[in-house]
Parts: sequence; C-alpha cells; structure tokens
Amino acid sequence: MTSYLLRRLAGTVVLLVVMAALVYVIFYALPSNPAVLVCGKGCGGGQLAAIDHKLGLDQPEYLQFWHFLEGIVMGRDYSSGPDVSHCAAPCLGFSFQNDQPVLSLIAQRLPVSLSLTTGAMVVWLLIGVSAGVLSALREGRFTDRTVTALSVLAFGTPIFVSGMLLLILFCGFLHLLDFPVYVPLTEDPAAWAKNLLLPWFTLAISQAAVYARLTRTGMLEALSEEHIRTFRAYGLRERRIVGRHALRGALTPVISITAYDFGYILVGAMLTETLFGLPGLGQLIVQSSNNVDLPVVAGLTLVAGAAIVVANTVADLLYAVVDRRVVLA
Amino acid sequence: MTERPVKTVLSVRDLTVEFPSDGGSLRAVDGVSFDLAAGGALGIVGESGSGKSTTALALLGLHRNSGARVSGRILVGDDDVNALDDEAVRRLRGHHVAMIFQDPLSALDPYYRIGDQISEVYRTHSGAGRKAAWTRAVEVLDRVGIPDAARRARARPHEFSGGMRQRALIAMALACEPEILVADEPTSALDVTVQAQILDLLDELRADTGMALLLITHDLGVVSRSADEVLVMQNGRTVEHGPVGEVLRAPAEPYTRALLAAVPRLDGPAPARRPAGEPLLTVTGLSREFRRPGGGLGRDVLRAVDGVSLDVRRGETLGVVGESGSGKTTLARMMVRLLEPTSGSVVFEGRDIARLAEKRLRSVRRDLQMVFQDPVSSLNPRRTVGDSIADPLRVQGMAGREALRTARELMERVGLDPTRHDRYPHEFSGGQRQRMGIARALSLEPKLLVCDEPVSALDVSTQAQILDLLGGLQKEYDLTIVFVSHDLAVVRQVSDRVAVMHDGELVELGDAGRLYESPRHEYTRALLAAVPLLA
Repeated sequence: MTSYLLRRLAGTVVLLVVMAALVYVIFYALPSNPAVLVCGKGCGGGQLAAIDHKLGLDQPEYLQFWHFLEGIVMGRDYSSGPDVSHCAAPCLGFSFQNDQPVLSLIAQRLPVSLSLTTGAMVVWLLIGVSAGVLSALREGRFTDRTVTALSVLAFGTPIFVSGMLLLILFCGFLHLLDFPVYVPLTEDPAAWAKNLLLPWFTLAISQAAVYARLTRTGMLEALSEEHIRTFRAYGLRERRIVGRHALRGALTPVISITAYDFGYILVGAMLTETLFGLPGLGQLIVQSSNNVDLPVVAGLTLVAGAAIVVANTVADLLYAVVDRRVVLA
Repeated sequence: MTERPVKTVLSVRDLTVEFPSDGGSLRAVDGVSFDLAAGGALGIVGESGSGKSTTALALLGLHRNSGARVSGRILVGDDDVNALDDEAVRRLRGHHVAMIFQDPLSALDPYYRIGDQISEVYRTHSGAGRKAAWTRAVEVLDRVGIPDAARRARARPHEFSGGMRQRALIAMALACEPEILVADEPTSALDVTVQAQILDLLDELRADTGMALLLITHDLGVVSRSADEVLVMQNGRTVEHGPVGEVLRAPAEPYTRALLAAVPRLDGPAPARRPAGEPLLTVTGLSREFRRPGGGLGRDVLRAVDGVSLDVRRGETLGVVGESGSGKTTLARMMVRLLEPTSGSVVFEGRDIARLAEKRLRSVRRDLQMVFQDPVSSLNPRRTVGDSIADPLRVQGMAGREALRTARELMERVGLDPTRHDRYPHEFSGGQRQRMGIARALSLEPKLLVCDEPVSALDVSTQAQILDLLGGLQKEYDLTIVFVSHDLAVVRQVSDRVAVMHDGELVELGDAGRLYESPRHEYTRALLAAVPLLA
C-alpha cells in the first residue's frame, strides 16, 4: 500500500511536469506577444521592452520554462527596476490585469467551487442512487420506465436551460427564493445553503440521471449474484438482502466515479457558476479567457489537471477500501 | 440406518416444476416423489438438465417470483412448502431447511466478514443479539473444523481456500440446527482430497445432529460413498430409486446401467497399454515462476512448476494428474510453448523449443497442438465452426476453399455433421463443441496433442464418448497424447504412463498399471485414497 502510494505520487509529479510543459507551450511560446496583450495596443517600443523584461520574455524559451517551474517550487519575483511584484511559492504565474499572483486568485474562489460541488454531489447521489435502486427493484415495470424516461430527459437538458427554468420557477413565479447571491459558509450557514439551493439542483439534475442509470445497472447485476441467492435460501428478509448485500456491490463503482466527477466538476462548473453569478473557479476560467489573462488560464489549467489526477487517485484508493479483494499494485 | 422407526422430516409427492418458454412450457421436474428420514441421506444423481438442481431449489420455495409453476406436495415436518405464504417460507429457509451450493466463493458475500454473514443468518431466525450471534458463528465455524475459528471468523471469503469456504457455508447451514441440509453439488468444485474431507464432515454432522442430507450430484462415486438411498433422474423424471447398494450394484433400469458403465473406474480390469516408443519430447529441469500480484519489488514469486524432468514417448498417452495449483496446466502449456519457461529445456525432435524465437517456432507449432478444457471459450463465437476449424490451415498457407473442404472432412472424422459447417458454436452441445476443439487441433496433423482437462466440463456419458474418440484418433493419426486431468479414474483409463504433480513438482512417474496398484509416493497414495469408489 505504501509503495503503491509512493509510486502513484511519483507518477503524479511526472504527469504534472509534462502538463506544465504543455501549458507553457500553449500559452507562452505561441507567436503572439504576451507583452502586447498585457500592455494593450497603445504601447510603444520602450514600454514593451520593459514589460518583456519584467515577464522574462527576453530570455531564451527553455530558461523561461525553467523559471516557470522554479516559480512553482520556490516562488519568484517579477521585476523591472523599482517595480517588483513578488509571487510566493507555489507560484503559478502572476496576473498583471488583477495585479495578484494567480494562486491567490484561485484560493479566493476555491471555497465557492467547493461549496457548489459538495452540495451538488450530495443532491445527485441522493436522487440518483435512490432512483436507480427503485428502478432496479421494479425492473420493466411502470416505475422503472418512468425513471428511465425522466433520466433521459434530465440528461438531455442543457444546464443553462434547466438552470433558467429553475430560476424562473422558484424566483420568478413562486417567489420562494431570491436570486442567488453567494454568502460564505463561515458568515451565515443558513443563507449559504439557501442561496446555493438552485445552483446545487441545476448542477445535480443531469448528474443524477447518469447515476440513476449506473446504480440501476449495478443493482441488477448485484441482485443476480449467487450470494444473493444464498441469503434468500437462508431466509433473510428481502429488505436486508437489498439494502445490505446487493447495494454494497452496486455502489462500489458509483463511489469511485463520484470521486472522479467531484474533481472534474470542482474546476469545470463554468455554466452553472456563470449562470448564477457564483465567483468560483469555472467563472474565473471564463473571465480570464475573455480577458486573455493568459497566466490565470495557464494556472487554472494546471490546477484543473492536478484536481483530476488527485481525484483519480482517491477513486482508486476508495475502491480498494470498499472492496478488500482489490489489491493496489 | 437405525433399527428404531425414525421420523420422516421431508416428504415430496408428485413434484412438478414447469418453466414458461416461448409457445408453451418446459417441464424441468416431472412427478418426482421421495421421503427423507431424520439422519438419513438421499442422493439425487443425474446428468445436466435432468432436473436435480431444480428439485433442490423447489424444496426451499426458491422458484417463487421466477415465473415457474410448482405443483405437488413438499412436506417439511407438517408444513407444505407449496401452500405456505411467502413470509412462512422465509422463516422455514435456513431455520428448518438449509442449503449449500457448488461454488462456495460466489455463494458468500465478498464484502463482509464470514463471521458476520453467519451471525446475520442466526440473528434472523433466533432473534439473538449481536454478541450472542457472533459467539454462535465462531462456535459453528469451530465445529466444521476451521482452525483458530475466533480469529478466522473475521476473514472475508477471498481469504479462505476452496475447502474452507465450503466449510464456512456448512457452518452457516448449521447455525440454526436445521432438520434438513440440501447440498447441491457441494464438492464438484473442490479437489479430491478436499472433497473427501467435506464428505467426511457431512457424515459426521449427520450422525451427531440427526440432520437429514439431500445430496445432489452428478458423481456416482460421491453418492455411493455418502448416501443411503439414491434417486436417479433423467429429463425431469425418476428413473430408479432405492438403497444405494442395490441400485449401484444391480441397476434395474437400462439408463442407470449405461450411466454406471460410462463412469471411469479406479478398480476393475486395467485397460490395454500401448508399447512405448522412443522419446518424442523431452522435458528437463523445467521451471516457471509467476510474480504474485500485490507483492513487493520482486520478492513474492510463485514457482508454479519447479524442476520437472520427463519424457513423452512416441505413440503413448502420458497422463498428468494433480490437484488445483499443482502446476499441471502450466507444465502442459510449456510443452507446446504457449508459455515460456523460466528455466529448463523442452526438446522436441532434437530441437529445444523452450528458447526458440517465435519466427523459428512457427514450423514446429503445427506439430504441437492443444485441446482446452472449455470448448466454449476457446472457440470464437462470431466465426462459423467450419471457419474456426479451417483457421489453422489458412494460417499455414492453405487456400480458403481447400481449407474449408478439409475442415468438413475433419468434422466428419470427429463425429460432427459436416453439413453444419456454417453454424456457430452456440448452436452445438458441450460434447459437440469439444469435438470441434479436437477437430481444430487435428487439422494440422500434429505429432503431439496436449489435452488440458478435455472432459472435465462434460457429463459422464459424453465424457466416455470423447475419450473413445480420442483413443480412435490416436490410432488413426499415430498421435502422441499428453492428457492433463484432476480426475484419477479418467487418467487411469486413457494413460499408458502417469505423472503425478504436487506443488509444482513431479512426485511420481510410472506405468499406469504399477502406479495405481502400488503407488510409491505418499502423496499419490493419499490422492488415490481420497477418491470415492463406486459401490
């Protein structure tokens, strides 16, 4: 187990360096001049040279990449004479548009994304798993067909449509909720939850559809296993057979996919965050792409990659914890 | 069994089970009747599809909600299983009638500790608390001979060996002290020495607790050893029913006689042996290691085959016997270089094929062919039978039309209808599929045919036909055969010489007659002693 973790960790580091190189090639080594982007169209030659120097663009490319990596480990200073901007380790770059290190931009927005993803995950697991179990137990009957139809509908509806509909229904018609404004959990937990309700459900609806299908398949497979027949032959109550023995088998794949989806959605909930004006990581990606704030986009890409790699590792570990037959090697 | 009158615990009258099928219904069990006394043991034998397992499931009402129609009377004590409501049947299961299954690994929940699974069953019927149930679980595990039961109760099924798992399942059955134990092929998945231990355990429990045993099996030897009465089934009907000694020694029905005649025996006259020729294949110091999954950095290595040396002589059949994990299959695969040995040599007609490069190996490959245990999984389901048999010919460069013609000839030769060459494997029975496997192996006219458990998946009468076929083909094609099997009686019937494998080592090698009559190695003796004899 320890040796597995160490090897996995080493693999992750290698993967991240490769990713950093790719990100670097895509965002910094392109023919367009980042200095022009930073400075704007009206800049003269002298100004451009100063910015080039401050960004380190006057150095050879391999050195620039080295400094980029170095910054991640040890931090770096961006300076042009008296004007010094410090970026502490791990430095993912410096956003001159925001006059802040990329990492602190990300750190400010992480709680929002965590709130959104965690809540949505709870909702999609509750709805998806129970719908899937119900569907499997009533296989081929009315309930099963209804759940199947609903999940096709839910999966096929784009987030901006389902989100709009929820907004119109709950804020416009029923006046049950105000238009969501993000309130930090630490400030007011009740307001935090109330304001996140609509985004949670918006994000969870299509996910729940996928999880319902997944749980249904897993459950049907688990119910046809021989040990289920054993427990029937030993007179266990059906409720217990389903709830304890079949569900355990059916949920194993669900658990590991949940870990993966969590990592993916944490940085990828662009539509939901934009729609509800939530200042999360997804919104940051959209904004900085629009503003061509390359350091931020590059930094976010790295963070997104790291999140997915970590989520995958967690998924594998969970798999081994849930199913003792799995040997990590 | 005893002189005083004993209570009848199970009485079945006119049991019929029908499954709906397209355009009618399939009668899997047709008017079966029998009684079982406390402490008694009834064996139900039959080939696959005879309805014996369907009968067993009906006794516990396990066909409910499956669409099957069950009629007749099944009296457990005073209760008619067919007349009870679902809740009453549920209370009966495990409490009064318990059941154990063929594959004890899949019959237990992989996610939970064995002690917890037994406790759960006990608590369901006794209403005992957690602690008392755990104590009971440890008690029954100890009773069925699990060493250090208190600690081993915390293990999960995959941490147990096959025999221990079956013991655990028997422990689960014992937990509520049922009057009847239904055992559906309880030892078919186990090695012969483990089978002997499990059968001994069942005898002992029967004597101690007065529990009645209903033993469902395809193995007449097992019935002969462990039952008082036997009921022979064919196509859902009772063929013959009576005391084991009478039925097996003097069967009244032709079907029973045919079944008994098909069983290879350890006693009885020895089959004729072929004179041995010069060595065709010589194996010297052959070893193969596998790295165990989850082991650290190269430390945990399994020696599947460990320094085996033997000759295979031209024209003979060399039997290789051993239990699971003995290395017999690994050895067989190295003989035809489907596996590369870790060390040692395999010399075939003067060339060491153990180290030959794949390209140079190609010319040798046609001389070395293999027949596998599972004919279903060794044939491509999406290719017609004719194509599958013709494939090796095409690979060796024969034209398509010519190859297909040869394939049809081969089909005829192995007893298949050559006009069915354009059908797919699933349209054939198990025995027919094994014939296809043999036809494909013969297509290149090999000199050496290595058969790995070729008849283990087949019913006894089909098995006899395939063994006959192999014998005939051996003469006709002048074949040398290596016959790998766990079944000592089958190996005795077909082999001139026999090699006994144990833990990767060759423990004994000798002429079949000598080896079976006066085995020299202790392990060979133990193996032979474990086989249940017929009547």
